[in-house]
Amino acid sequence: MTYTQLSLLGVAIALGLDLWLFRTVLVKRKIFWKSYAIIFSFQLLTNGILTGFRIVRYNGDKIIGSGTPLESPPAFIGDGRLAFAPIEDLLFGFSLVLLTLVLWVWWGSVGIGRTPMSGPPRAFMRRLIK
Amino acid sequence: MSHFAYIGVLIFCLIGTGWLELAMRTHVYRRWNRLLLAVLPVALLFTLWDKYAIAQGHWTFDSTHISTVTVWQSIPLDEILFFIVIPICAILTLEGVRSAHGDIVGDEGSQNSDGAAGTPPQFDGAGQ
Repeated sequence: MTYTQLSLLGVAIALGLDLWLFRTVLVKRKIFWKSYAIIFSFQLLTNGILTGFRIVRYNGDKIIGSGTPLESPPAFIGDGRLAFAPIEDLLFGFSLVLLTLVLWVWWGSVGIGRTPMSGPPRAFMRRLIK
Repeated sequence: MSHFAYIGVLIFCLIGTGWLELAMRTHVYRRWNRLLLAVLPVALLFTLWDKYAIAQGHWTFDSTHISTVTVWQSIPLDEILFFIVIPICAILTLEGVRSAHGDIVGDEGSQNSDGAAGTPPQFDGAGQ
């Protein structure tokens, strides 16, 4: 399978586990998308470093765009990439994050590590985020 | 130094989320048993994906910018650490948002067992 196919399969499996197997239904909850928006922006930054400096290089036969060039950085945007990373990486990241949160929430829902619950923020943070 | 480039990115991620445990009182590391139960299966699954992707030539690594340690014949140690660090960061982010906003997540137990119908927990001083 290509990376493109596998990344789509990964998203499908993560969604299936969230909606039907574990029934955590995170993708229907606001908090998931708030969290994912934060994670996504930092993914663009950190994955951009790993792919822009070509620490990780991709094979053009396995992704939508072209492979990572040997002597220069890949496209920043376009050619199947966003912030240097192949868009497949975004799907890969989505399934990694969703699957992790599904398991985390599911263990909590069956009573493992439910407490101490998160929060409240320390007083100085409460003032900052108000 | 350059061998630490990839691991440096991971350390940045750990620091970038670690402060939430202190400032937002996320209690994620404190609930280490739940953390391990969530992270380890995911890390294992994505390590298998990585093994396959490397074998199929989906991606390669610049050996001058990763550690010299290789796991299971083909996987850089940096990658294994990635599959542990990023899930931890994701959980800390979720719990940080919960701490800030008190949103329903679905693991609140009997008080809000079906999630959607529940009310967010009230914190001391919240809403003032």
